[in-house]
Amino acid sequence: MALLEIENLVVEFQTASGPFRAVDGVSLKVHESEVLAIVGESGSGKSVSMLAAMGLLPWTARVTADKLAFKGRDLLKMPASDRRKIIGKDIAMIFQEPIASLNPCFTVGFQIEEVLRIHMGLDRAARRKRAIELFESVGIPDPAERLGHFPHQMSGGQCQRVMIAIALACNPKLLIADEPTTALDVTIQKQILDLLMKLQQEYRMGLIMITHNMGVVAETADRVIVQYKGRKIEEADVLSLFESPKSNYTRALLSALPENATGDRLPTISELFNEQQMLDGAAR
Amino acid sequence: MTHVLEARNLVRDYHIPGNLFRQARSVHALKGVSFTVDEGKTLAIVGESGCGKSTLGRIITLIDPATAGELLIDGRKVDIAREGLTAEMRRKVQIIFQNPYGSLNPRQKIGDILAEPLIINTKTPAGERRERAMAMLKKVGLEEKHYNRYPHMFSGGQRQRIAIARALMLNPKLLVLDEPVSALDLSVQAQVLNLLADLQDEFKLTYVFISHDLSVVRYIADDVMVMYYGEAVEYGSRDAVFSDPRHDYTKTLFAATPRADVASIKARLARKNAA
Repeated sequence: MALLEIENLVVEFQTASGPFRAVDGVSLKVHESEVLAIVGESGSGKSVSMLAAMGLLPWTARVTADKLAFKGRDLLKMPASDRRKIIGKDIAMIFQEPIASLNPCFTVGFQIEEVLRIHMGLDRAARRKRAIELFESVGIPDPAERLGHFPHQMSGGQCQRVMIAIALACNPKLLIADEPTTALDVTIQKQILDLLMKLQQEYRMGLIMITHNMGVVAETADRVIVQYKGRKIEEADVLSLFESPKSNYTRALLSALPENATGDRLPTISELFNEQQMLDGAAR
Repeated sequence: MTHVLEARNLVRDYHIPGNLFRQARSVHALKGVSFTVDEGKTLAIVGESGCGKSTLGRIITLIDPATAGELLIDGRKVDIAREGLTAEMRRKVQIIFQNPYGSLNPRQKIGDILAEPLIINTKTPAGERRERAMAMLKKVGLEEKHYNRYPHMFSGGQRQRIAIARALMLNPKLLVLDEPVSALDLSVQAQVLNLLADLQDEFKLTYVFISHDLSVVRYIADDVMVMYYGEAVEYGSRDAVFSDPRHDYTKTLFAATPRADVASIKARLARKNAA
């Protein structure tokens, strides 16, 4: 059975100029200990579809789906209190801006212990022990002392490690990483990606990697979904996507990579195909 | 032949004043950096955050003075700490920042944004200012109808085009590009890089391209300088640096850059299956 199963997900936002469809009929499945990458440019609906699965969208959003199930239980049909027991515990998410996603008013220790208190019901001593353990597993040096630090006392890479530790606190079955390394330097990016891949194999988690960086996809994913304008354009395993992309859009995206440049100008996507040609062959 | 830009042993220290709890100290952001750039060429400066590459960009753009060392632009020595900055020098060097959302005034129309450098630095009459702004809009791939719009009405790529247009209004010789494409999507990044290449050919512009994205650097640069903790640890032509990196940090940087070619994906999958 698939860990997360989404069928025909549609997300619409109510705007002053009528409803805007951000996600248009996306279906996907993630299995246990599988790394699925969702690639697309800004506005392709890749983050919105995952926020919809987490139930984190504002009230202006209208989420409909034929199926949005975690381990066979439909998340849209269950009561909100049941859903909250799954979100944050069995499905965890890390975000793009590590410093912005931590609360600046509390120590990182407080923030990780909060998760352990609410979802695991551990007592004070057990929480602290587990927090130190988690900090160690994500490679934060001197964890016991670091628990008393505030987010602004740590670097971006360290904050992202704290975020990962918080996400892993309840041994989630599925981790959603929304552009986890976009705000970080290349060398730190490498460390964080290596850490995520190591933990993913250790805990046999499902991992959804949302990114716009083709290099990150190539380095991490088993399977890839390409999105454009809210639609799923292509789904393939990572090797065949890079070796023989099926859709126009994926081909255009790959040829726009500077490292694939031939000659002294880059082919741009709008030169190669118009919008309709890009949407053609969208895998529904 | 004189170089458009020459730096000799540039040093920049920032002094952090002390207080009751902390002693005064100084941070050495740049520890003696030298390089030259010729007309129509691109020097890429690579390094991670905090390595001093933006400090160097500010010194070249004549925003901050250097603590020590010499900066020569067009063969003329510039020292803004002592002599101040003339309008003529300001016309020669312009900068484009990383974040096009932050570098444009949200209350100004595009036309006013483009005309402002002319108002400050030249005595161009209003009619001519308008004409030149219109011409520049078209040059960077925008249209005349965009003249009266505000920055929030544009996408990230279009805003970066506006920032490029503003920088070119004074016909500079040297353009400092501080991570100009790192906030942009892949397809938009390709368009902006092409635009920069076109403009460089047309106006014989010299670029100092600050970036941490090695694939972009490899594509656009003639020379590459790798910085690490305020020092230039590696400096040479693009091909020399990429084919034979000498310093350990450069090697680390290359190893950390994600690869998107089929061979490295195959290698990774093989490693994973073996584990």
